[in-house]
Amino acid sequence: MSNAKTLQKQTLEKTSQPAKKKRSPWVTVWMSLKKNKSAMFGLIIILILIFCALTADFIAPYGFDDQDLMARFQTPNSKHWFGTDNFGRDILSRVIYGSRISLQVGFIAVGISMFTGGALGAIAGYYGGKMDNVIMRFMDILLAIPGILLAISIVAALGPGLQNVMIAVGIGSIPSYARIVRASVLSIRDQEFIEAAKAVGANDFRIITKHIIPNSMAPIIVQATLGVAGAILSAAGLSFIGLGIQPPTPEWGAMLSTGRQFLRDHWHIATFPGLAIMITIFALNLLGDGLRDALDPRLKS
Amino acid sequence: MSEIITEKKELIVVENLKKYFPIKSGLFKKTVKYVRAVENISFTIKEGETLGIVGESGCGKSTTGRTLLRLLEKTEGEVYFDGKPVFDLPKDELRKLRTDMQMVFQDPYSSLNPRMTVGEIVGEALSEHGIARGQENVEMVKDIIEKCGLAPYHIRRYPHEFSGGQRQRIGIARALALKPKFVVCDEPVSALDVSIQSQVLNLLMDLQQEMGLTYLFISHDLSVVKHISDRIGVMYLGSMVELAPKDELYDNPLHPYTQALLSAIPLPDPRNRRKRIILKGDIPSPSNPPSGCRFHTRCPYVMDQCKVEVPEFREAKPEHFVSCHLIK
Repeated sequence: MSNAKTLQKQTLEKTSQPAKKKRSPWVTVWMSLKKNKSAMFGLIIILILIFCALTADFIAPYGFDDQDLMARFQTPNSKHWFGTDNFGRDILSRVIYGSRISLQVGFIAVGISMFTGGALGAIAGYYGGKMDNVIMRFMDILLAIPGILLAISIVAALGPGLQNVMIAVGIGSIPSYARIVRASVLSIRDQEFIEAAKAVGANDFRIITKHIIPNSMAPIIVQATLGVAGAILSAAGLSFIGLGIQPPTPEWGAMLSTGRQFLRDHWHIATFPGLAIMITIFALNLLGDGLRDALDPRLKS
Repeated sequence: MSEIITEKKELIVVENLKKYFPIKSGLFKKTVKYVRAVENISFTIKEGETLGIVGESGCGKSTTGRTLLRLLEKTEGEVYFDGKPVFDLPKDELRKLRTDMQMVFQDPYSSLNPRMTVGEIVGEALSEHGIARGQENVEMVKDIIEKCGLAPYHIRRYPHEFSGGQRQRIGIARALALKPKFVVCDEPVSALDVSIQSQVLNLLMDLQQEMGLTYLFISHDLSVVKHISDRIGVMYLGSMVELAPKDELYDNPLHPYTQALLSAIPLPDPRNRRKRIILKGDIPSPSNPPSGCRFHTRCPYVMDQCKVEVPEFREAKPEHFVSCHLIK
């Protein structure tokens, strides 16, 4: 009886083999990511933050602009878990609402710089010569202008607003991605498997997207996870001088800079948005490291 | 064997091929000099034949192979593949031609994309040329890797899970997936250890028989070349100094460089000592090659004529070409 059962099990396993074969590469990445505990921890935090951003209207105890001037500068207590700010607004609610703007700015600005910078760097590194020179000298021009100054001039030209802030912050960090991608493309371009792809007749687009980019992912992922933090803070800088998100819309960076003036007497105003930024970056770093390892088949056990 | 070969048509014709690499320096990247990697090479390869090319490192063997396939652009000369001029073809026709000429690379570690499975690596060519997609592609890949001595289930694995010899088999499978007519083997066994070398060589020879392949076999190992080739060309500093059927070349080398090279083959019997011809000096730089015969700086029989005049590459005996002033 038991013999028959194991036999059945074996045949079952055999028939399930072809199904296993069709598993897409993303599923295998997910499987190995799932084994990485710290990456999963990071992913859960990110998902919680995204959940907060989506359901802020329901989970925030107060509105983000409900002022209670009688209850200014309250330290954390049972009614206001994170305390209140200089207008008596509940900081917890503002942190929750702020995740909407801050996550958006962080992800989209990094997305803009990663895709444009990555594409430019890949083209410069792969084709070399004049193309490389033109693109990289242009990047040098961008690098020569201080990032915040560049962002200010772009926002000043486009006008304030969330969308323009994201564009401005994104453009500011294009050069660093372009340089990173170019460097790793240069090291991969001369490997024999690229030549083999050329011998097969693959076109440049396929060589870049299938052979070069996947092999130069690791530094881009690390840079991008760190870049989200930079983007949130740059957006805060723009808000601080009145070019970014307009008050009373809450934004972590802006909350941090308003909290700065009361730092000596009221520590909690700047602390909580700061913690929110820190936790986001920490989670992204864990996730980024895990993703980098999961995308590398050599590290698969 | 040789009778059959002479009846066959010439698949590859190389005429006065030159490949120079520019050396750029200065602020505006002006070309100051050229590395003359390949200088005036002419030869033909007949269908179904293996032409071996030997020479020391840096003599332009690999450059010759890569330029033949137009992986590098030529500087001068022309290559005809089956009558078609390889360097004058428009892009789309060149792409079609790529299905007929393939390459096996030297380093089995850097020649396979570490992020692609064996199935993707071997099947890439098939889907790229629209020959087979999906399940059909998988079946064809399984078929070809089995021919190359791997198991069908290997297609889901990544290159790092294989040994050097197995990786080289993957490289061979990739080259043969398109059922090419002509394969350039660029030192395919020099990165493998000796016991694996013979396996891979025999695999290449079996596949040649089975699929009617034509090989250009590049190596610096004289015994490997002797084992696999029908004819052998000897290169020195970018030019071909001698070209002959293998037995003729090994029994009766005419060029002083070939004689020196052959005397360096180690003999398995320690009592049977052969007189080594030791060449003096180093190989000159290809960016500043010697005048006249390129070998004159190291040739034991150098004459005044050699320093001025470039010797012609001519047929000294039937099928035996040599470029040396000594041979009349």
